[in-house]
Amino acid sequence: MGMTITEKILAAHAGKEQVQPGDNIWVDVDVLMTHDVCGPGTFSIFKKQFGENAKVWDRDKVVIIPDHFVFTKDIHANRNIEILRQFVKEQSLPHYFDVGTDNYKGVCHLALAQEGFNRPGDVLFGTDSHTSTSGAFGMFSTGIGNTDAAFILGTGKIWVKVPESMCFEFTGTFPEHVMAKDVILSVIGDIGVDGATYRAMEWRGDAVMKLSMEERMTLCNMAIEAGGKNGIIEADDVTLDYVKQRTDAPYKVYHSDDDAKYFFKKTYNASEMEPVVAKPHSPDNKAKVSECVDVKHDRAYIGSCTGGKITDFIAAARLLKGKKVKIDTFIVPATREVEQDLYKEKIGGESLMDIFKSSGAYLGEPSCAACLGGPKDTFGRATDNQVVISTTNRNFPGRMGSKQSQVYLASPYTAAASALTGHITNPAEFINN
Amino acid sequence: MKKVIEGIAYVLGNDVDTDQIIPAEHLVYSLSDPEERKNYGKFALSGVPGEQAGLPDGNTPFTENEQCESKYSIIIGGRNFGCGSSREHAPACMEIAGVQAVVAESYARIFYRNSVDGGFFIPFESAKLLTAEVKTGDSLTIDLQANTLTNQSSGKTYELKSLGEVIDIIEAGDIFEYARKTGMIPSA
Ligand code: SF4
Repeated sequence: MGMTITEKILAAHAGKEQVQPGDNIWVDVDVLMTHDVCGPGTFSIFKKQFGENAKVWDRDKVVIIPDHFVFTKDIHANRNIEILRQFVKEQSLPHYFDVGTDNYKGVCHLALAQEGFNRPGDVLFGTDSHTSTSGAFGMFSTGIGNTDAAFILGTGKIWVKVPESMCFEFTGTFPEHVMAKDVILSVIGDIGVDGATYRAMEWRGDAVMKLSMEERMTLCNMAIEAGGKNGIIEADDVTLDYVKQRTDAPYKVYHSDDDAKYFFKKTYNASEMEPVVAKPHSPDNKAKVSECVDVKHDRAYIGSCTGGKITDFIAAARLLKGKKVKIDTFIVPATREVEQDLYKEKIGGESLMDIFKSSGAYLGEPSCAACLGGPKDTFGRATDNQVVISTTNRNFPGRMGSKQSQVYLASPYTAAASALTGHITNPAEFINN
Repeated sequence: MKKVIEGIAYVLGNDVDTDQIIPAEHLVYSLSDPEERKNYGKFALSGVPGEQAGLPDGNTPFTENEQCESKYSIIIGGRNFGCGSSREHAPACMEIAGVQAVVAESYARIFYRNSVDGGFFIPFESAKLLTAEVKTGDSLTIDLQANTLTNQSSGKTYELKSLGEVIDIIEAGDIFEYARKTGMIPSA
């Protein structure tokens, strides 16, 4: 019987010829990633269970990326980074990207891609729910808690229930003003925040394969907002180009069989997709941008693992070039590499950095920043009953800081268009003029 | 494993996410320091919007007056309980506040897995939605052998779904004890 790409990768890592959805299997882990919020708890469980002097199963397979609470005066947050440093030293771990050094990267999910840890065919776990992002590279990746991460640190293995797969196919070409963010918000709106619980979300179709790696990452990033276990896209030349520029490590390309079984299959006509937002307070509270044009907001936020990649800023800059924002607008590159690219990338001879500065937007340091609220002194953190339009991934009550605030999730195009007008605005108005 | 769990109910709605269970600004405290970890009990469920906190009346804080423990030890939830981030601080803070069991119609995957693998409390699935059948403050009894929940305040009994394959991990205590029992990792 045919298998999906997710089933094939899991089978290979369990040493099996064949697996079926629902099977509980133990898999060998290729990469374990943790960050400043969950690393300290993971290390303390690891030591408690395996002994104070225990060594991690494979130094080369552990990646530690501080990114959440890194530019703050909060003493506990800074203490957590100290704990990461201590552990890295004790274990002589080679893959650590410390704050305050040239080696600092920023948001873990994009850093994993940029530093060459995302490799087709691999199995990657991370102590962060958006670890599903790495699935854009044709690999299995998912988020876990501290206990499971500590188990992996000690053994290199973990149990997985093989998920059923759901197939989302897009044929044709997406309209110019529609971004991957609109596509994933539309799908989550269709199936609901628990519509993919325990399942793999596989993206297929020529419209998907025309997307850049950054846009593919956006699709897989928000699988978790539909409850999904993983998001996945088969690797192609676009994937391999990206990977080979960043690592020499081996990889293996898997494809779903033609007779693979899917729990759900839906084909969308890409050209019919429209810009959408998720209204407060749930990522599945979908509305077409054209239905919300009278919603006014106090600020715009463009950043995070979902909406803080270079392609996201190119989109935003296209609209902001030569114009002034009407509301407070926060720009937070996900990683240092993205920040450097803001200087390098130009539109009409002007760098993105200059475009943002002259538009009146505020620029933050690469990190998670206000995507998850964070300590009180976090850049861009929502206060009071502000209404925010944001390229992040969650609009639960209090997610961006204040329990009274209201967050509308949108694409970078829509967020930039709305920053220029102060109310929710269809980017097509700017792009087509 | 206990045969019976008794406690007072705290009732929540659908889609309770991990930012409501423990807002991100509190994720800085140590979970291993005995004093510092108490903060997690204090702020457990502190992000739940007022009108949703302790249904049906709402505006009932889970922990009161800076206390680290709650008088409510059984949580009743609706669909998709624990959605959102992978933070294990979510089930941990509930255990620190004294939660022994959650009974929800369904769970988000990572929260469910964390609850079981970390051995924080038992996540039961109810056969039908119980959020309108139980009021915050009701006395509840869970019978683990019969797989039932009885609301002593109303006298009604409800069916719970079988714990399925994860029962082995729950019985062992957590994933490490399970792995020791099955010989995957050496006994301490
Ligand atoms: S940017 Fe936001 S969603 Fe992404 S890892 Fe950071 S906190 Fe999580």
